[in-house]
Amino acid sequence: MKKFLNTPDSYVADSLAGFAAAHPLLTVVTGDRDGDGDSDGGGGGGFVRRTTPTRAGKVALVSGGGSGHEPLHAGFVGVGMLDAVCPGEVFTSPVPGQMLAAAQAVDSGAGVVFVVKNYTGDVLNFQMAAELAVGDAGIAVETVLVDDDVAVQDSTWTAGRRGTGATLMVEKIAGALAERGAKLEAVAEMGRRVNASARSFAVALTACTTPANGKPGFLLPDDEMEVGVGIHGEPGRRREKLATAREVAELALDAILAESVFADAAATLDASGAADAAATLDTSGAADAAVTLDAAGAAGAVGAGPVEVIAMVNGLGATPLSELYILFNEVSRVLAGRGVTIARSLVGNYVTSLDMAGASFTLCRVDDEMLELWDAPVNTPALRWGL
Amino acid sequence: MNTGSHGAGADRVDTLDIPTTRAWIDAVARAVTAHRDELTELDAAIGDADHGANLQRGFAAVETAIGGLGYAPETVGQLLGKVGMTLISKVGGASGPLYGSAFRALGRQLTTPEADGHQLTLALQAGLDAVRALGGATTGDKTMVDALAPAVAAFGEAITAGGDLGAAAHAAVDAAEAGARATTPLQARKGRASYLGERSIGHQDPGATSTALIFAALAEVLQPHG
Repeated sequence: MKKFLNTPDSYVADSLAGFAAAHPLLTVVTGDRDGDGDSDGGGGGGFVRRTTPTRAGKVALVSGGGSGHEPLHAGFVGVGMLDAVCPGEVFTSPVPGQMLAAAQAVDSGAGVVFVVKNYTGDVLNFQMAAELAVGDAGIAVETVLVDDDVAVQDSTWTAGRRGTGATLMVEKIAGALAERGAKLEAVAEMGRRVNASARSFAVALTACTTPANGKPGFLLPDDEMEVGVGIHGEPGRRREKLATAREVAELALDAILAESVFADAAATLDASGAADAAATLDTSGAADAAVTLDAAGAAGAVGAGPVEVIAMVNGLGATPLSELYILFNEVSRVLAGRGVTIARSLVGNYVTSLDMAGASFTLCRVDDEMLELWDAPVNTPALRWGL
Repeated sequence: MNTGSHGAGADRVDTLDIPTTRAWIDAVARAVTAHRDELTELDAAIGDADHGANLQRGFAAVETAIGGLGYAPETVGQLLGKVGMTLISKVGGASGPLYGSAFRALGRQLTTPEADGHQLTLALQAGLDAVRALGGATTGDKTMVDALAPAVAAFGEAITAGGDLGAAAHAAVDAAEAGARATTPLQARKGRASYLGERSIGHQDPGATSTALIFAALAEVLQPHG
């Protein structure tokens, strides 16, 4: 293992301390809230919040998860996006006490939306935190579960699709709506709608090395790639011979575009403009019932009118930006050929997996409202525009 | 016949008292430290390579929480409840809430300074129920339930057959280890390993493996000679 670190045990805490020093608009809260003389679980047991208190009446968005995905999540705290996040240890969910403390710190009385990536650990810990927040602290909580990774089948035989790149889009769009003063349920509903409209797929060229483990999670020969990986260094669905950037983009987009949310608008009878995934399902041959069974609940995906998307090519940590643009060029070509319009794009390292080489592809089908919220001002360490 | 933790029948141990419960948790802490790399290797194959580190960190926090001079639980259950709360508040991931809830469930059942075999059987069943309820896993999903369920059953059967706690714990260890080994050919249906689909086949489940370690630690303190 070659990493810039002091000790593996202080990896997260040292990184957060640096984050705090670099970003004065944000505050890293650490501390021993359970009073046993030891910092609580996760990266020092703390949370990261906007330094400025939440405006009265504004719904607060709180996310979090294992560390190692930077800039997710702390890099998305700031005006127009998240209010607080709870970093866990590397690839390990934070603990309920962190989430509760974060919710108490940023709730203005208008309630808190938990944005949770669909992993067993994150779901269990946020569920416990929500019970504590509602039951003990009297905070109104809505949870938005993000599960966009099509490499995992959403069935009773798995833990369900993983939450990956769409997390950023949920946080940006729902965060913008919250900034405008929308109510708790509306903010959560928008988050669920973005999630239902977004799908991702990732391919890795190398495994990543966690500081605690010290060696790569798996070994990949020079001429092979891992297809359908997640963001925790776990192996993917299958291993294939290394392909060209064009072939990799096609493979990923084929998997994403097979999802019914991207079914051609011409195939649906519902031309009203109202988003209703079920209407698309009935009439499109490629329909996948998984969409209506979305784990987040009743939220309908965008599903009528021309197919306009936010397209993201995201680096997993050790892939140069130049390669990401090579991939985006192929994405642009493929989507043009399928009649899909790229309304907005994002190319860079946003949801990473430590030092994994590889890329993930996310498409989020958008309507005018979602697009307008995407364009709204945002001022965070990792996303900043419209100011 | 309840004869106390060092009972009349020379070798029989029929109750679990607070010092022995502390010794059990100490033994678990030693075991997860000794097996940290093994658990991590298993987790690297089908998960995210943090199970060993997380449990070591969690039980180190537990040792701090229950090791202080000022901490004097009045019942076995208070001690185990504290273990559970510490795991929930320190570990994170899925194993923190799952093991934490299991220990808390044990704790709620054991409301006396000493627990006999019947009480422990009921408490272990409550622990299993808690894990099942929270994680949603059933036997065969390639999770800790595959070791926990047969271990709890074997413990109860040994007590019913007149065995002492040591015999019951050893029966539980054998069942847990067999259950953990039997996860190898299974395809994971819960937790992070389920993302691998068929590729999860051929690897032993790390959660089932650590469950077997927890029972082995219990057997160690109840009947050191095995």
